[in-house]
Amino acid sequence: MTHADFDFSTRLGATTLANPILTASGCAGSGKELSQFFPLSELGAIVTKSIMLKPRSGRATPRMAETPSGMLNAIGLQGPGIDLFIENDLAWLASQGAQVIVSIAGETVDDYAVLARRVRAQPGVVGIEVNISCPNVENRGQVFACHPDTARAAIEAARRNIGGDIPLIAKLSPDVTDIVSIARTVADAGADGVALINTLLGMVIDTRTMRPKLAQKTGGLSGPAIRPVAVRAVYQVHAALPHLPIVGMGGITSGRDAFEFILAGASAISIGTATFGDPHAASRIKSELLSLMESQGFSSLSSAIGFAHREGE
Amino acid sequence: MASINKRAQQIRAEIISNRKVGAYHHIIITVGELAAQVRPGNFVAIAVGGEDTRMVLRRAFAIYKASIDSLDGGIIELIVAPHGSGSTWLTSAPIHTTLDIILPLGTSFGIPVEPVRALLVGGGYGSAPLFGLADLLKSRKCLVDMVLGASTASKIFAPHDGKRSLNSLTLTTDDGSLGIQGMVSEVLPEIIAKNNIEIIYSCGPMAMLEAITKVASLHGLQHQCAVEESMACGIGVCMTCVIPVRGEDGIVRMLRSCIDGPVMEGADVLWNPGNTVPSEVWGAM
Repeated sequence: MTHADFDFSTRLGATTLANPILTASGCAGSGKELSQFFPLSELGAIVTKSIMLKPRSGRATPRMAETPSGMLNAIGLQGPGIDLFIENDLAWLASQGAQVIVSIAGETVDDYAVLARRVRAQPGVVGIEVNISCPNVENRGQVFACHPDTARAAIEAARRNIGGDIPLIAKLSPDVTDIVSIARTVADAGADGVALINTLLGMVIDTRTMRPKLAQKTGGLSGPAIRPVAVRAVYQVHAALPHLPIVGMGGITSGRDAFEFILAGASAISIGTATFGDPHAASRIKSELLSLMESQGFSSLSSAIGFAHREGE
Repeated sequence: MASINKRAQQIRAEIISNRKVGAYHHIIITVGELAAQVRPGNFVAIAVGGEDTRMVLRRAFAIYKASIDSLDGGIIELIVAPHGSGSTWLTSAPIHTTLDIILPLGTSFGIPVEPVRALLVGGGYGSAPLFGLADLLKSRKCLVDMVLGASTASKIFAPHDGKRSLNSLTLTTDDGSLGIQGMVSEVLPEIIAKNNIEIIYSCGPMAMLEAITKVASLHGLQHQCAVEESMACGIGVCMTCVIPVRGEDGIVRMLRSCIDGPVMEGADVLWNPGNTVPSEVWGAM
């Protein structure tokens, strides 16, 4: 079978993407830097760095510490604010023919409403990721995704402000007791899908200075170290909500890893930390995944989604 | 919007020499035609640890020299201190090791249109990119003086052939084991006055760059420095290597060392912010 016969397309709510490979928010900027390494239109979509209403400096440095098979980061949502983002980044992405999923992050429930309204009609936008799980916020109590009530409120606010045509993807935190109940809550509130998982909160202490390595003390853990946690989360949510599209992510560095998430129940996958090590990662993983699925005898992506859940044999 | 060095490419490249020089390793890598794209101040980002490594991030290294017509074709040379797990892997890599490398990255030192009297100041292995700069300045008929400092003699990197473009070379060490005992910033005023210095270029630890910035400003001199902030990607996507820098519009922003730097105007940098974001930074939290 040739690649031409393989149906690589995938659906997220009302949107159909040509292939399931996305960038992960915060790991590709607004795409401009990566476009030097491969055409952004190759990917199913570019998920942009979470944008807030106002310009934001982000956290003090050090913001990063490498960990075994992973890294901690505490960037703190540095960004230009929604106005400049639309004017510069989004306009540029549209000019590249990229499909764009804009990730939005609010400090309040109202912020999510305003941000969703600003983004919905912009050219190139095929979806909105509602980041309710950034771990690098002022107060851990503000992580909307850690409580069903705040998670619901943020998603409802965004949903009310966009039509039914643009899918809303809620990005969830793994730092909860029961991720299935949060997923169910956001689906009931109007999310068309969930992005699993954001980083896990972690810390590294420098034994030379005997202080936390990051200025912010804590940071979000990403990379292959968290992959089993992410696969578990995708598997659990798909088992409970088999019709809810899942964008799976967490330490995907190869086509094999991507396939693992598809088998667990992801309809699309995001490439995050791997891009830091290899700017071509997303493009490479796309080819590797396609070859691997063909060699496993699949003729479409959709037939493999959740395949690990099948009974018997 | 700042953008990534337009000439940067990701390639596989072979180590053809790896030799210990004092406290450092001198590593030569064949990079073919990309060597022609390298400017003094540019850096490379190298994947470390080999296949199945637990080190997921690239390591950034300043380029010591680039040559387009060596016996091995286009090459770059690096001076690497075995410091953490990544640089130790690189300095232990046998010749013929194939590296996954991105180059050239970052901004380069600005070269004056007219001949000037330039002072180049380096700390530790931060001296490496200054020798290529010295050669280039000399070829533009500039008079070049150099000051190098380190904690101790073995950490001074000053190869013999690097001196061919220099009018003078002054060394300082903290322990007095080589040259003048003390810090580079202490010897600068005398050299600036004696040699009628018009511009300073520097590379080294941030505290040293800050001290040089103060001296430069006291003497009303332009000061271009290559900053050193830890990076995760080197290509502008991770946002970890930021430092507060004042733009031409007067606004201070957290700029990426890998894209807006490493070469910056010393006077524009808000040095040593500690574990805080200065309140005047755009969008400070």
